[in-house]
Amino acid sequence: MKLLKTLMAGAALVVGLGGMAHAQDKTKVGFVYVGPVGDFGWSYEHDQGRKAVEEAFGDKVETTFVESVPEGADSERVMTQMALSGAKLIFTTSFGYMDPTINVAKKFPDVKFEHATGYKQADNVSTYSARFYEGRSVIGHIAGHMTETDTIGYIASFPIPEVIRGINASYLAAKAVNPDVKMKIVWVYTWFDPGKEADAATALIEQGADIIMQHTDSPAAMTIAEEKGILAFGQASDMKQFGPNARLSSIIDNWAPYYIARTQAVMDGTWESGNTWDGIKEGMVEIGEFSDKIPADVQASATALKDGIVAGTTHSFTGPINKQDGTPWLAEGETADDGTLATMNFYVEGIEGEIPQ
Amino acid sequence: MDFSAISVVSLLATLMVAATPILLAAIGELVTEKSGVLNLGVEGMMIFGAICGFIAAVETGSPLIGFIAAAAGSAALSFLFAILTQYLLANQVASGLALTLFGLGLAALLGHQYTGIKPPSSPKLDLPILSDLPVVGPILFNHDYMIYFSILLVAGVWYFLKFTRKGLVLRAVGENHDAAHALGYKVIRIRILAIMFGGACAGLGGAYLSLIRVPQWTEGMTAGAGWIALAIVVFASWKPWRIILGAYLFGGVTILQLNLQAVGVDIPVSYLSMAPYLVTIIVLVIMSADRKRASLNAPASLGRIFHASN
Repeated sequence: MKLLKTLMAGAALVVGLGGMAHAQDKTKVGFVYVGPVGDFGWSYEHDQGRKAVEEAFGDKVETTFVESVPEGADSERVMTQMALSGAKLIFTTSFGYMDPTINVAKKFPDVKFEHATGYKQADNVSTYSARFYEGRSVIGHIAGHMTETDTIGYIASFPIPEVIRGINASYLAAKAVNPDVKMKIVWVYTWFDPGKEADAATALIEQGADIIMQHTDSPAAMTIAEEKGILAFGQASDMKQFGPNARLSSIIDNWAPYYIARTQAVMDGTWESGNTWDGIKEGMVEIGEFSDKIPADVQASATALKDGIVAGTTHSFTGPINKQDGTPWLAEGETADDGTLATMNFYVEGIEGEIPQ
Repeated sequence: MDFSAISVVSLLATLMVAATPILLAAIGELVTEKSGVLNLGVEGMMIFGAICGFIAAVETGSPLIGFIAAAAGSAALSFLFAILTQYLLANQVASGLALTLFGLGLAALLGHQYTGIKPPSSPKLDLPILSDLPVVGPILFNHDYMIYFSILLVAGVWYFLKFTRKGLVLRAVGENHDAAHALGYKVIRIRILAIMFGGACAGLGGAYLSLIRVPQWTEGMTAGAGWIALAIVVFASWKPWRIILGAYLFGGVTILQLNLQAVGVDIPVSYLSMAPYLVTIIVLVIMSADRKRASLNAPASLGRIFHASN
């Protein structure tokens, strides 16, 4: 028994030393993705961020990733495995990883976690997201001008604040330039399922939509829009190659600067838990090049809108805005605060249908 | 609420497109299971077919060659499973799961260069007069050829299993491989052929997804369709015609719920999106309520390893 204990202590020492020596060599950074890195949407852009980290630090970092990790209990196993194999910083890049991240973080107080698009923090868990709604305002503005049937189709994933915010921002911007505009929303309850996303796009087109927006991860809807000769926007990634004629513009996520900064902070020992929410101004959200199909005056007004957001003179949610049931939300000239935006669970006035509960 | 906004005609036409990948994969798996082999690798074979078909169609410009390549590629992949389970007597469940993982990975590797490319579009049936008929035209006579092929394939499988001697032998192998062996039938050879037929069909289903339904290549694009196909086989209680029923029901409810949402019907979305699965489960429960009949339908040797010396 004593011998066993000695052996175990020795083994622990060796492992510990090995771990230390290793930590001095390289900082291990782990990434958990909800879809495949080749989805050419959401997970693809996160992986571009990971590659940027590798490029920036060379052999001082070692990155690992696991793709197509289901949200829920399975993701806890993946994160635990990453932490056990020596990762010092772990990025968990989907909303549904929120509670698993918090759970795993409790077990590994020395490992730093970064959870994308969530709202729960801890001493070693930061949250970060991009103000996609700013981009939604710009493309909503374009859509409002470009729709001929006054119907915009919107493929929504899950009824979480981020998605609802995007729907509201797009609708408000479209309605501002086209009072007759209607938004048809279809919830597909998946982030990534090209077949289902394509079916949803087809259903929306059959219901009269001539512009498709999406909050799902694959370019399937863009392909369908191209095939049926209607218009669409790239989501998370530019997606131009999937719809050379259909694509009007796009919202592009750029995670690289944030990932590099946070990795640097872990290396320097200056990492602190926080909540980052950057938009077009900081470059985390980019607006893709405008298509020639957009008339020059609309291009100009969309650019002006974007510049206003960057300068801080324009906010996507500026009063007067009522909630869907008609109760006032924002008074004339008032802008929404981040707290309300982060937990947004209501449609604004004019959108039809109910948010699934 | 405005139901009239949903056009039944376009609904029926789209549901056939949505159901065909599952239909093709399920009819292949039915033949495999009828021979007594449980191949859980449908998902892997489908995605491998999706990329093989996509590459071949893009390189040659012919969707037909794409479909042939998809069938050949997935049949080759399933041959791997056949060697493992028939010659090396590996566990079928484990080998099937491994085949799925392998297929997903291999397809991702092969497809690396092929994202963002548009495949050549498949010709649609265009009969003079018939295709232009109101209602009936768009539903029956205006599809791509693969939809008709999938239905003919089901008819063929039904005829083969029910009326031909070879079909009877295949079923005998699936029911009792020892007895079939004692009668001098080549159990292993028959099973390998059945596995490869299943693979070829799954490959066609995958290629239908990447060439017609979506049409593009994205990693992991089957997104669970293979597992649905496996469930449809049980749903159909191993009867070919019921495969069509199961696949169209599943595809139909999926499309219908998306359309109902787009129209803005007052049914909570959560109920709508669970509907396809709910309907499948309910039918499964009804069909398996009579235990005796349900167990009669399942091939008796399903999933059991055959070794000639036993």
